[in-house]
Amino acid sequence: MLVSLNWLKQYVNIDGIEPTELAEKITRSGIEVDAVIDRSQGMTNVVVGHVVSKEKHPDADKLNVCQVEVGEGDVRQIICGAPNVAAGQKVIVALPGARLPGGVKIKKAKMRGVESNGMICSLQELGVEGRTVPKAYADGIYVLPEDAVPGSDALELVGLRDIVLELGLTPNRSDALSMLGVAYEVAAILSEEVKLPEINYPTSAENAENYIKVSTEASDLNPLYAAKVIKNVKIAESPLWLQHHLMAAGIRPHNNVVDITNFILMEYGQPLHAFDYNSLKTNEIVVRLANEGEKIVTLDDQERTLNSHNLVITNGVEPVAVAGVMGGANSEVTSETTTVVIEAAYFDGFSVRRTSKELGLRSDSSARFEKGVDPNRVLLAAERAAQLLSELAGGEVLQGTVLVDELDKTPTRVVVSPDFVNARLGMKISLEDMLAILHRLQFDVEAANGLLIIDAPTRRQDIKIEEDIVEEIARLYGYDEIPMTLPEGNASVGGLTPYQEKRRVVRNVMEGAGLLQAVTYSLTSDELSQKFALKVEDTTKLLMPMSEERTTLRQSLIPHLIEAASYNVARKADSVALYEVGSVFLGKTEEELPYEEEHLAIVLTGKWIDNAWQGEKRPVDFYVAKGIVEALFEKLGLTDQVSFEKALVDGLHPGQTANVLLDGEKVGIIGGLHPSERKKVDLKETFVAELNLFAILNASTNALVYTPVPRFPEITRDIALELDRTKPAGEIESIIRKAGTKLLKQVKVFDVYEGEKMEAGKKSVAFTLTYFDPERTLTDEEVTSAHNKVLKALAEAGAEER
Amino acid sequence: MEQQLKQLEQEALAKIEAALNLKELNEVRVAYLGKKGPITDLLKGMGKLSPEERPKMGALVNKVREHVTEQLEAKVAELEEQAVLEQLEKESIDVTLPGRPVRVGNRHPLTRVVEEIEDLFISMGYEVAEGPEVEKDYYNFEALNLPKGHPARDMQDTFYITEETLLRTHTSPVQARTMLEKKGEPLRIICPGKVFRRDSDDATHSHQFMQIEGLVVGENIRMSDLKGTLDKMAKKMFGSDREIRLRPSFFPFTEPSVEMDISCFKCGGSGCNVCKQTGWIEILGAGMVHPNVLEMGGYDSKKYSGFAFGMGVERIAMLKYGVEDIRHFYTNDNRFISQFQRTEG
Ligand SMILES: [Zn+2]
Repeated sequence: MLVSLNWLKQYVNIDGIEPTELAEKITRSGIEVDAVIDRSQGMTNVVVGHVVSKEKHPDADKLNVCQVEVGEGDVRQIICGAPNVAAGQKVIVALPGARLPGGVKIKKAKMRGVESNGMICSLQELGVEGRTVPKAYADGIYVLPEDAVPGSDALELVGLRDIVLELGLTPNRSDALSMLGVAYEVAAILSEEVKLPEINYPTSAENAENYIKVSTEASDLNPLYAAKVIKNVKIAESPLWLQHHLMAAGIRPHNNVVDITNFILMEYGQPLHAFDYNSLKTNEIVVRLANEGEKIVTLDDQERTLNSHNLVITNGVEPVAVAGVMGGANSEVTSETTTVVIEAAYFDGFSVRRTSKELGLRSDSSARFEKGVDPNRVLLAAERAAQLLSELAGGEVLQGTVLVDELDKTPTRVVVSPDFVNARLGMKISLEDMLAILHRLQFDVEAANGLLIIDAPTRRQDIKIEEDIVEEIARLYGYDEIPMTLPEGNASVGGLTPYQEKRRVVRNVMEGAGLLQAVTYSLTSDELSQKFALKVEDTTKLLMPMSEERTTLRQSLIPHLIEAASYNVARKADSVALYEVGSVFLGKTEEELPYEEEHLAIVLTGKWIDNAWQGEKRPVDFYVAKGIVEALFEKLGLTDQVSFEKALVDGLHPGQTANVLLDGEKVGIIGGLHPSERKKVDLKETFVAELNLFAILNASTNALVYTPVPRFPEITRDIALELDRTKPAGEIESIIRKAGTKLLKQVKVFDVYEGEKMEAGKKSVAFTLTYFDPERTLTDEEVTSAHNKVLKALAEAGAEER
Repeated sequence: MEQQLKQLEQEALAKIEAALNLKELNEVRVAYLGKKGPITDLLKGMGKLSPEERPKMGALVNKVREHVTEQLEAKVAELEEQAVLEQLEKESIDVTLPGRPVRVGNRHPLTRVVEEIEDLFISMGYEVAEGPEVEKDYYNFEALNLPKGHPARDMQDTFYITEETLLRTHTSPVQARTMLEKKGEPLRIICPGKVFRRDSDDATHSHQFMQIEGLVVGENIRMSDLKGTLDKMAKKMFGSDREIRLRPSFFPFTEPSVEMDISCFKCGGSGCNVCKQTGWIEILGAGMVHPNVLEMGGYDSKKYSGFAFGMGVERIAMLKYGVEDIRHFYTNDNRFISQFQRTEG
């Protein structure tokens, strides 16, 4: 909402307060002022000129040499390229030395050899937005009325000596979508009175009822419809002050009739519509729901197809307007119009909103109906329109208003106790102060039996409950006055849940291992949504995606981490190590929502060890990734419940991929990115892992109980085995563990060898076995006996000792 | 004999003096003091002396022997010390060369901010509540006093999945769900999470971003409690000399609703580019929980009241660390994330 202070002044006294100070006060007490705009933009030396003569420029077809009087006897030669310049016009002249918006400086100059002493200006050159300039002057200079005095200040005349406040309105404050609404707000802030427009006008002897009949078939959506008829209207340009008020409000002037309806829209916040009486043809207005598929051409020359819940204004036969949204071209006011029907109505906000959304047609009118107009201003606005059509368009207002009216106009009553207000705020505002504030707001208020009985004016549709009164009192009393306290009473013991605590442990382990935390998008492309997924289930897709990259919720975190790795490598990072904790979206629950499972994923690429000057460089490999995963399980106390098995996953290296099992259930994968996948994203050896954190962090572990530090020595025995190259060491390890008696405490691989010294297809794997009894020192015989059981089991499994 | 002894002593001392290393010294030791050495020989030859001379000579031999041994040991000590010095010299390194790199990972700046806020509120007795990113229209809007068709729904452009499900546009549905779970018990929660809006990604917009919201419901919760709580947070996040101010605003789920500004941490209030010359920076939205929201959450709004606040985590991080483009948070550039590892203060 753009509020011209020149306009606002007519309703409330704002003299003696600086615009910026006023803006600050408005902002602090309720409505944010986004900008304070000086329409003059610091312009100087811009005066009224009288074009005495106009001749063609001798050397330029499109230029004219004008003699312009810019003051008593001061005639200057000015070259003008505008197509609409003509002798006899009063125009706006920027004299040499003038500064115009955009840093333009006017100087004496020669144009094609002819001297020019200034510039004849268009409104746009004075910084007026093109879309608000009247069509007649949109492509040329602006022409002033004949009575303009040469040499006088042109900015004053075109309304640019004005300050405009741009209000950022929240949806509840629709009352401030009108100049009067803003005036009430400002009056409350400054403790001033509001001066309402006085409405009086002469009426004709004829009766409006003889010209038009009004009925509504949908009084729930249209409880009030009023029509006034004005005859003998002379369509013309509006007076300058009216045009300038509209332009300051961001509205383009058209002709006096349309301008008057727009002026009242801004003044009262009540949308009006003007029909050309003769084009209505039937002398009848019927408001009804549209027929499915019914068509209307709206004022913007677009054909609109309606459906059966769109409310329309008809002439009893066909639609002539979409109710509250836009008029029809078939009944438009034109330069030929002589009799006008003014519509002032109340349309249901929800219905208008729905229709304007469906038609993709947002207007100043629909914006106001949507939020609810003041029921008590509908008829006032019709009267105001009659007055202005009479005053400014020479119209003859017929007697009476033709209407159907079932609209409830009673104000909302709110009863609130001063104690409640203070309790809610944590303050001690006196009853007198509360009453004073409510009076400033012009609320009807009565204090009785320790209660405030308030009838909020109907312009304030947002005042409905006690809390609304709390806000009104607090905002005008001043939020700065509210003290600072902390909630009383017994607080619960705050803290993280065990799951949340463990999630922080996960982050610490990952970061301790040298990984950076990434955050990527939950939305991905259809193609990537299930790639690398631990579990593939039905996907969740957006109804109306904004791009193909973001259509579907992901089922794995890996694809976006690979993208991030690729992004970094493309920017010359020689090592990337990232982890992410985030949700994946699987299938559907009973709530009709996808099952959201929190996962951890990592990506590693490039050098893992890079100690340049000592010449130590090692690329990342599978075992780095696995080591990080193992460290996590160690920290979570789950090592004994975890195992790994060879696995195949699409997109991962078939020889370097493992499933991670927790108590035998798959909870994750680790693997090398398949060479063909790496090629696509331009990465060298890259390893990824993804773990189901829900499963892992919810797995219960035993309470941590100390075991005594060993007092007796451990005894170790080594075994070197010759195995098939493809035989997993993990299988041998489990044979050893199974066969080892309770004395076997630890099994560790200490060497793996393949090469010249081995037969082709074979490898050597060596283990260290640790034997230990917490109660005593073991004898050699006891260890040998236990160890022999292991050797026997290995021999039976075909694992030969070297 | 005595002269022989003197000569031997001179010889031995000269060789000790000339010895360059422990090996040579050892040779000297063996040669003069060993079992087959000349001094031993002399001792053996003492039998030939008269009983009167024997003790005198014995004392003399022992004196020479002791003297040579002493000199020898002194030389050993000297050479050993020299050897240590040589070794130390040889083992000297350039301590200015870089150390062996230890990988240091760190949290994402958004997590850093979230955890900082979580920890502050945990210390004030809050729990951390979380909820799904895909929500029902009911929890995201209706339970928050935003029925279908409400004009305020336009304030948040929404990604719909179906007519009834959507990507949450704020973390407020977690508040709605938690209220129902608490079944009328007082609560204090802080809700961090990812949220989504139909926005094209640019320097100031992101279709996905993070919010953190707080909610307190109890008997006699006052607006002054909200103000005091926000003041604590502003000081914790932006410095103890920050001041806050509240401005009236509108959110469908709170009444009264406010926006909170903090005094500019860059200029201290005199006006600069960070605060757009106003001296104040808008940080978050807040208010007293709307009675409709309390009732839908299972609370008697006559008995209970509450406050809520919510802020964009990216905005806090951008202000706190001076980040100029919101997209940095989602491109995961090493050079960006790794800047947030060090401690402050
Ligand atoms: Zn500043």
